[in-house]
Amino acid sequence: MTEAIAQSEKSSNVASSTPDTMEWDSRARRMVMIYLPLSCFVLILLFPFYWMAITAFKPNAELLNFKEHNPFWISSPTLAHIKHLLFNTAYPHWLMTTMSVAIGSTFLSLFASTLAAYAIERLRFRGSPYVGLGIYMAYLVPPSILFIPLATVVVQFGLFDSPLALILVYPTFLVPFCTWLLIGYFKSIPYELEECALVDGATRLQILRRITLPLAVPGLISAGIFSFTLSWNEFIYALAFIQSSANKTVPVAILTELVSGDVYQWGALMAGSLLGSLPVAIFYSLFVDYYVSSLTGAVKE
Amino acid sequence: MSVTTALSRGAVQQQPGWLARLFDYKPFLIVICLTPAIGLLLVFLTYPLGLGVWLAFTDTTIGRRGIYVGLENFQYLLTDPLWWNAVFYSVFYTAIATIGKFALGFWLAILLNNHFPFKSLLRAIVLLPWIVPTVLSALAFWWIYDPQFSIISYLLVDVLHIRTTNIDFLGSPWPARFSLIVANIWRGIPFVAISLLAGLQTISPSLYEAAMLDGATAWQRFRYITFPMMLPILAIVMTFSIIFTFTDFQLVYAITRGGPVNSTHLLATLAFQRGIAGGELGEGAAIAVSMIPFLVFATLFSYFGLARRKWQQGESND
Repeated sequence: MTEAIAQSEKSSNVASSTPDTMEWDSRARRMVMIYLPLSCFVLILLFPFYWMAITAFKPNAELLNFKEHNPFWISSPTLAHIKHLLFNTAYPHWLMTTMSVAIGSTFLSLFASTLAAYAIERLRFRGSPYVGLGIYMAYLVPPSILFIPLATVVVQFGLFDSPLALILVYPTFLVPFCTWLLIGYFKSIPYELEECALVDGATRLQILRRITLPLAVPGLISAGIFSFTLSWNEFIYALAFIQSSANKTVPVAILTELVSGDVYQWGALMAGSLLGSLPVAIFYSLFVDYYVSSLTGAVKE
Repeated sequence: MSVTTALSRGAVQQQPGWLARLFDYKPFLIVICLTPAIGLLLVFLTYPLGLGVWLAFTDTTIGRRGIYVGLENFQYLLTDPLWWNAVFYSVFYTAIATIGKFALGFWLAILLNNHFPFKSLLRAIVLLPWIVPTVLSALAFWWIYDPQFSIISYLLVDVLHIRTTNIDFLGSPWPARFSLIVANIWRGIPFVAISLLAGLQTISPSLYEAAMLDGATAWQRFRYITFPMMLPILAIVMTFSIIFTFTDFQLVYAITRGGPVNSTHLLATLAFQRGIAGGELGEGAAIAVSMIPFLVFATLFSYFGLARRKWQQGESND
């Protein structure tokens, strides 16, 4: 599209061909208008991560001494903070808890939302758009309103302080999102394929399993990685429902267990943040396109 | 369409057992398919929502069932300066952060819509702040805002010599408020930029060609083509952004926990402090419920204020 604009600009240049319009596309202007602000954006957006990473590997002496050491670089990198994290705290355990909660809730919500999206988009019944809209509205209810009553519900169910509570509660914000994403994907699959299968005598469930789902795999991947990321990042429910140190998820544990006393151990804190961000960052780098397409797809819906 | 398929299926089918036939019976299948999703949402979303409203009218504390006290919680809140303070900061935080996010995010989206090398890589990098757990990037901001060893203070004092003393980012109310807003904008830009970029890519280039033939300047093209075409998507993204900024919890909880002297409490953090940490479930629920009118208003405002164009143009909502 941008090429088209550039081309049309060129053609308009040819049409008028005043020096004024010739200048428009010049290199210097492009530099100032595009590359300069763009690099500022990238610099600012990435700086906290750079700072996080560099702090995680700095020895304490360098960390708090800007006069003798250049704070933007490490003269003698150390793994002490990460070692401390892995061997002196329950960090590996927190990672495992977070991982299992994220995977559990992802599968639960994928299962629920695939079926729901199929029913809404493909089984088409009277009022199905309203059910879809209702599920979508659920996405607009923010967790901050729900966490207090949900805490009492979780206690009623005897799930307080159990990761299972998180697995069951996270779908409340995952299911609406995944359902809408999958409805969009199912829409893009030609209905004729299903009609053919129906004519050949396939049952509805066979159609779902053999035809619709295989075709919707990109949508399922998008929904899956999105759910994984969102549940990995979730904070307020995990903070409110989990009490014992062992069952905490990484974001909560770092904030409540590692921040102790008046002297903050910035090295360990940043190492913890770095390690906690790494799984989603790696996941993200593997599936960038799915992220972008699901994010934009969900917005367009 | 569904009628014809149902007919053709009925004509062809004869062999399967009762279980298969039951699962092929459409109303039954619809119920089965919707049960997990609707069930989860009813039990863990609708029911708590109702329960939250009920709790707001009781004096429940942790470990004790409350009794109905009518509007007492809300009357108390209206006389509570901390609640008013939280309302003020929530609105302020949402307004400034939303303006910042959308101005910068829209700009970034327009920049990314240009043609240059490594575009997809850049797009991937830009989205990073949104992917990483908020609390963890908030910790990085906390460290950046450190009173003694802040890297920003270091730059301003020791490198650029603009200031002589370190900035006390989180020690006094107004700097703390703005520091949090900056962190929120930082985190919100990627989502806005990437969503708006998707919108920008749907605008047909022929519109720009036509405008350029008519001699429109870059600003005119933005004002009369890009902006109006983007309004529907802007409305949706803004609705989401406002809702989740207003109810933000993580950033504030991680960086200041409402301090200094309760000046940076958002309604959500105040609700947590009173409801979970303080054990006054009823009062916490009342604070949470008091967010709802603001949310409804913000949603209606941003949705109908901006999305008006869509139905004026007579587009279908599909």
